[in-house]
Amino acid sequence: MQLNELTIKEAREGLDRGDFTAVELTQACLDRIKERNPEINAFITVCEEQALLDAKEADKKIKAKIGGPLVGIPFAVKDAICTKGVRSTASAKILDNYIPPYDATVITRLKEAGAILLGKNNCDAFGHGASNENSMYGPVRNPRDLSKVAGGSSGGSAAAVADNMCLFAIGEDTGGSIRQPASFCGVVGLRPSYGRNSRYGVMPMASSLDTVGPFTKTVEDTALIESIIAGQDKLDATTVPDVVADYPQEILQDIEGMRVGVPKEYFEIEGIDEEVKKITEEQIENLKKKGCKIIDVSLPYTKYALAVYYILVPSEDSSNLGRMDTVRYGVQVKGKNLEELYTLSRAQGFPEEVKRRILIGTYALSAGYYDAYYKKAQQVRTLIKRDFDEVFKKVDVLITPTSPFPAFGIGEKAFDPLAMYLADIMVSPANVAGMPAVSVPGGMTASGLPVGIHIIGPRMGEGAVLRIGNNINK
Amino acid sequence: MAISIEEVQKIARLARIKLTPEEEQRHAETISVVLDYMEILNEVDTSGIEPTARVTGLSNIYREDVVEECNIKDDLKNIWAEKDGDELKVPAVFNEESEE
Repeated sequence: MQLNELTIKEAREGLDRGDFTAVELTQACLDRIKERNPEINAFITVCEEQALLDAKEADKKIKAKIGGPLVGIPFAVKDAICTKGVRSTASAKILDNYIPPYDATVITRLKEAGAILLGKNNCDAFGHGASNENSMYGPVRNPRDLSKVAGGSSGGSAAAVADNMCLFAIGEDTGGSIRQPASFCGVVGLRPSYGRNSRYGVMPMASSLDTVGPFTKTVEDTALIESIIAGQDKLDATTVPDVVADYPQEILQDIEGMRVGVPKEYFEIEGIDEEVKKITEEQIENLKKKGCKIIDVSLPYTKYALAVYYILVPSEDSSNLGRMDTVRYGVQVKGKNLEELYTLSRAQGFPEEVKRRILIGTYALSAGYYDAYYKKAQQVRTLIKRDFDEVFKKVDVLITPTSPFPAFGIGEKAFDPLAMYLADIMVSPANVAGMPAVSVPGGMTASGLPVGIHIIGPRMGEGAVLRIGNNINK
Repeated sequence: MAISIEEVQKIARLARIKLTPEEEQRHAETISVVLDYMEILNEVDTSGIEPTARVTGLSNIYREDVVEECNIKDDLKNIWAEKDGDELKVPAVFNEESEE
């Protein structure tokens, strides 16, 4: 086994025992990136020199036994998350030259714990997409099958972990952007409750739905990373004061007697793949054997969640991306006046899907349409949230497939925005309601594509979803 | 079509994005399909339902206004779009040619 193939837990033990050094581990990841990135395109920027310098420092700390829990562990970050001194483009040319002067809070916490930044992951530009084809730096290919998409928007982060280019990665999930690519690439991806992890330094997409979370190879590793990055942040007033649970401990508890809800609406979605359905049902059976109570439940407003999502997100997007004017930073295109500088810079710096989202949002928020779209969507959001609040009185977690189908072909949905939006149908309801959810590898289709199992919990129920996730059969 | 090319032109201007005629056509078509899909929400009776803007239940989060060290002057200067030494340039914000 190569060093870059280790889980965080295995690497921690090996580093602490002195079986290998942080420099060797980091070099193994860098070698893998060099070998595979030209094909997979999971990284936009690689910080080779700095990563090796950091690894040398980490080795000193490991030797002196003074490092944090992640000392010497190499990781990667979605390019829509700010990293001090390291270019952060959000996969859009408008930020091609943008070097943030600060770290996002999650990055600060990971660095304080000793983790080593390897580089920045390709993604759908500003998080807009479900296939990673909306990147201005080219699509990410799925390491399990290079003709397939890696999923999106955090596709590069999922692919990097799946292909052992790093030990873990940090992504951003607004409507499935961590869980769906995790499902397509066969890794674990956690979207925490809204407000659990700080969004400071994360380029905003839809501020009322955005969350930041980890991609790892095991649920155990996710529990560890989440326990490090979660918690209130004075730089993000939407973070909640709730105490962060001891997730690594919590996932080890017995699941006997836990109530697992099966929401029928998710299994009746049009176009759901039979193999995906079968694998999910087998995992439900497996949880039953382990002593969980399986309870059929209904979330009647499920079918409206995607429409709500695709009104709220473009609306908040169009507002958030108003700041991308290139007056102070970013790639400026000169025009004959200020207005032309805006319109040309934005025309050249945004890919088609970003423009589409901004246009939809501008339309939905414009005078005369606000009540029909944005307000209506927020009202239905209330009903969706109530659905979840009601159901979590009866069950501890919900189980569904992460995606109605496994990874699709590159180019297959690229010219049909609505078909692409429908890829988020299983994952977006939890976001609309602000619930935590994890995607865990649950099996493979006959053609060798991973299928993710989606576990949704009540707000601040990360421990419960990870505990069930840890019991999904590999 | 739920949205016309003229409406696309209008919102593109509001959003400060220059579109080519081909883009205007494509966006009119694809946005119409998306807006048609949104019609599903008309099935839901929302009379008397409060809109949800946030899910945390938090409101009015205050903190002390504390002065902190912030040594990022050079970093900020380096990312500035246009500069001359320590002088940071911005495009003219008021000008006669502007259609505003």
